Amino acid sequence: MKQGLYTLCQRRALARGVWELRLSGDTASITAPGQFVNIQLDGCFLRRPISVCHWDKDSLTLVFKVVGKGTAALAELREGQTLDLLCGLGNGFDLSRCGQRPLLVGGGLGVAPLYGLAKALLAEGKKPAAVLGFNSKDDIFYEEEFRALGVDTVITTVDGSAGVKGFVTDALPEQYDVFCACGPLPMMKAVCAAAPTPGFVSLEERMGCGFGACMGCSCETKAGSKRICRDGPVFAKEELLW
Amino acid sequence: MVSTQVELSGIRLDNPVIPSSGTFGYGYEFAELYDINCLGTLSFKGTTVEPRFGNPTPRIADAPAGMLNAVGLQNPGVERVIAEELPRLRSVFHKPIMANVGGFSVEDYARTCALLDKEEQIGWLEVNISCPNVHGGGMSFGTSPEMAAEVTRAVKSVTTKPVYMKLSPNVTDIAAIARACEGAGADGISLINTLLAMRLNLNTRRPVLANQTGGLSGPAIFPVAVRMVYQVYEAVGIPIIGMGGVSSAEDVIELMLAGATAVQVGAANLVNPFACRDIIAALPRVMEQYGIQDLNEIIGGAHHG
Repeated sequence: MKQGLYTLCQRRALARGVWELRLSGDTASITAPGQFVNIQLDGCFLRRPISVCHWDKDSLTLVFKVVGKGTAALAELREGQTLDLLCGLGNGFDLSRCGQRPLLVGGGLGVAPLYGLAKALLAEGKKPAAVLGFNSKDDIFYEEEFRALGVDTVITTVDGSAGVKGFVTDALPEQYDVFCACGPLPMMKAVCAAAPTPGFVSLEERMGCGFGACMGCSCETKAGSKRICRDGPVFAKEELLW
Repeated sequence: MVSTQVELSGIRLDNPVIPSSGTFGYGYEFAELYDINCLGTLSFKGTTVEPRFGNPTPRIADAPAGMLNAVGLQNPGVERVIAEELPRLRSVFHKPIMANVGGFSVEDYARTCALLDKEEQIGWLEVNISCPNVHGGGMSFGTSPEMAAEVTRAVKSVTTKPVYMKLSPNVTDIAAIARACEGAGADGISLINTLLAMRLNLNTRRPVLANQTGGLSGPAIFPVAVRMVYQVYEAVGIPIIGMGGVSSAEDVIELMLAGATAVQVGAANLVNPFACRDIIAALPRVMEQYGIQDLNEIIGGAHHG
């Protein structure tokens, strides 16, 4: 973890209520895809945790949806503004445990960290595939970005307005070694139940500090209580009590 | 050169700044960021007889100038704290530590305190009779002078180290409770714990916190802390550790003027992990700005003249 100032260098709307921000600054503290940053925002006392979508040496990209006061404030930021971030929080996905053919299963905003994961897996010579679920065609983002990486990508929508009609579990492929899922809790539970393979899920919770001090985001696991912000957010399927 | 040293029950602190229980874990996360030996001391995560997972999540909610928490005294239990957490803490922090203790019965408090009292590195016991987030314990002991006195007596009878009773602001007469603790032998008073609060989610029309209510902390409660420290200083002769929304060196001085000998910093640590270090670094400059040579000369200063 490192605290630092970052400059918003690019913002764009991706889908209904969904924004992408690229921030320039020191990313040395980011060591794995699936980690997150905790952002200080004017008008909010607590920082807001947002997962890192992807990053390079001197910039990181965040994708978020406006759902409340904090994300609304984030969406109002303008290029050139600086932000105070705690960067490189959480464990992230362990690439060495993802097998040769991992399946990335994303739901809604959960798609964001899986993009950085796909890039990292490809860089290791692995062959990821993706199933990305959204409510409707207006919610879809990063479909082209995943395809541009060469990742075999299936889109699902609940209302059938694009891709396969239904949930991500209606479109899971036959063959993969390990799944990596990020999305709403019911989706991740359904994926864990449907997938015969080992897998990893990235959990979400309201957080106080984001770095393991306050015990605000604890969850119970087979190995005792864990802090989602510090011991997670990524947990192996077999650790979870569901 | 100004002097920031203060003394709590015969133990010297290099400065009066203490991270408050529940906002600093056992110190390790912060020790990765800076040398926490700059702290006056630290009050570690509230410890109970048995291990506790705490309340269901969500346990955290934002608030204007503050936050709500309903963690519910999550901790691994006193035996594991002594066997695992204290040795790790000793490796990163070399000063006397404040042990924070929670409980659900008078016997609980006495047992946990008696065990921690034997640990060499523990300098003080801070007995939390003010947790608003547990049922059938915690705050119920801190809202009646008789119960507060009973816990104090029970703990004092099985310990040798100075005992600070941590009081709840959710009472009508804080001075009466502080006096009861002093009368029962308390060595000092810590205050204030969080204020009982609630937020609702407009989408679900239900409380944000799974526990429904939580404790409000952060700058929003600082003026309440100043008022209550001021009132308790008038009521008792034992030292006071003041806390509640402290986030700057100016706040430290204000609480000391109200009557605090030392000051705890809580919610600020969660937003700025360097908060305590920054406050300690700023203290000499702010003291000079207000013409303070020695912090001891301002304790309770607002009451004189």
